[in-house]
Amino acid sequence: MDVAANLPALQVVVPLVAAPLTVLLRGRRLAFAVVLLAAWTAFAIAIALWLRVDASGTISYHIGSWAPPWGIEYRVDRLSSYVLVLVSGIAAVVLPYSWPSIARELPPERHYLFYTMFALCLAGLLGMVITGDAFNIFVFLEISSLSTYVLIALGRDRRALLAAYQYLIMGTIGATFIVIGVGLLYLQTGTLNLVDMGQRLHGIAGHRPVLAALAFLTVGLSLKLALFPLHQWLPNAYAYAPSAVSSFLAATATKVAVYALLRFYYSVFGANTVFQRLPMEELMLVLALAGMFVASTVACFQADLKRLFAYSSVAQIGYIVLGLSFDSLAGLTATIVHLANHALTKGGIFLLLGGVAVSMGGVSLARVQGMARVMPLTSFGIVICGLSLIGVPGTVGFISKWYLIVAAIEKGQWWLVFLIVISSMISVVYVGRFVEAAYFQAPREGVRGRREAPLAMLLPSGLLVFATVCFGLATSTTLGAASLAAAELLGGMR
Amino acid sequence: MSVASHFAYAVTVFLMIAGLFIVIARGNLIKKLVGLGIFQTSVYLLYIAPGKLIGGTAPIVTESYGVYSNPLPHVLILTAIVVGVATLALGLALVVRIREAYDSIEEDDILAADRRAADAER
Repeated sequence: MDVAANLPALQVVVPLVAAPLTVLLRGRRLAFAVVLLAAWTAFAIAIALWLRVDASGTISYHIGSWAPPWGIEYRVDRLSSYVLVLVSGIAAVVLPYSWPSIARELPPERHYLFYTMFALCLAGLLGMVITGDAFNIFVFLEISSLSTYVLIALGRDRRALLAAYQYLIMGTIGATFIVIGVGLLYLQTGTLNLVDMGQRLHGIAGHRPVLAALAFLTVGLSLKLALFPLHQWLPNAYAYAPSAVSSFLAATATKVAVYALLRFYYSVFGANTVFQRLPMEELMLVLALAGMFVASTVACFQADLKRLFAYSSVAQIGYIVLGLSFDSLAGLTATIVHLANHALTKGGIFLLLGGVAVSMGGVSLARVQGMARVMPLTSFGIVICGLSLIGVPGTVGFISKWYLIVAAIEKGQWWLVFLIVISSMISVVYVGRFVEAAYFQAPREGVRGRREAPLAMLLPSGLLVFATVCFGLATSTTLGAASLAAAELLGGMR
Repeated sequence: MSVASHFAYAVTVFLMIAGLFIVIARGNLIKKLVGLGIFQTSVYLLYIAPGKLIGGTAPIVTESYGVYSNPLPHVLILTAIVVGVATLALGLALVVRIREAYDSIEEDDILAADRRAADAER
């Protein structure tokens, strides 16, 4: 058997098989070992696929050797390999962290279930990215969503249950909208293969059912990617989930939904249908700006750091969608590069906050007063990631903002440059609130004896913080991959 | 183009709107799930109804039949039904645990309890 030829299938199958194995094995150590191995294997496969796509172009894998469009096709192009590396890479970093982290948050007999759900969620997310079949996207979306609801409900606070329930309702409505959209497209074209669908839609792009499908898919995916004002589920879900889960979700779940949106827009409908027949540019611009300003402002008034950074995530989604709304190479590059940049930054912050929760007993601003004196490394890490959220040069956040501004200037929209800078100023305020509490306020009583989080939690967090700076200085990897992916998307269907 | 020929679509749209309305308008967590179930079910009809051709048979190639119904929508919806069942099961399990934690399944009561707890913390 040729393993190398079957890598696209293994990318999904490895974590998918790991999930039931953990249930059979039960023991928390065994479960952890199996899922860790699966996640690292998935990461290795993703890198191998990335290198192969970079060398020899798009990979089309036929499941069961049934040729598309009849059989299901797994399709790896530049964009999907980029997102695959991102998702599996974050999973590979978060998993080692989760071992010490959930030991403090969950009763030991439930640990193996955490790893089961984590493996399922990873399999679902990877499947959504790699598949070239419209209905498959829905099925993988539901695999990842259902496991996400369970992961959130594992949170210690009882509010985690309500957050999971609300996300279940919103998420299912979103997923159902996506099925309706896919169904309408299937009725029009008689195919589910994305590439085939795109070709068949060419002549009938203006038909009303096609535009209705576009609307359903946009709303459904916007719910999943938490575009303002469909973000209501996100702050509570991130705030009350276990730390490792918050970090993994913040870094991957919304990004994969953005990927699916890009896939439908550029590979199926074509940019012409989306941006010229409908006022999508204006719509996305307004929603993105509203998200950037409203969510950032709301973040400034949060007393709980996890909620604060959850609202900041909604604002950052605004930047991602803003890049999409330009419908230009620079704008799309900004969107794609910010997928990775925000994932690294926010993943790092939530991992560090998990350590804060362990050492300081909570993540409210009152709890972290004077934290810098007892946890200098963690505080410094959060500050660096905070600088990246603001967009300070030397961090990854700067690269994204830079490309957004370039895209805005290309379009001649100077007022937008102004707005991007102003919204970054608002993020200075909410990051500043953390800095003030941690560095400039006197420690509360009993804080003196506290120490840094255990090394097993610090190391993975540190790795993401390091990546935030590293990819901010040596930009060629992420930026190069993003601009190539953007060029490929734009070149696909015009 | 008569109402009768669009009967299936009319039913689909009615179920869709009714389900979505229940999810939004009701505060009872179980009723919300019922609405969600109706909403999802409407989509099954959206897929299956167009797959049926009057006089069509299963797609088996013989000389005696020339008109076939498309079996693919049924298969897709079989998958969607499984997803729907899983969602409903998980939703109900969450409601059971919410009831244990809050002693209520009315959204208003639960949110009020959360507010009281948040005020007490301060």
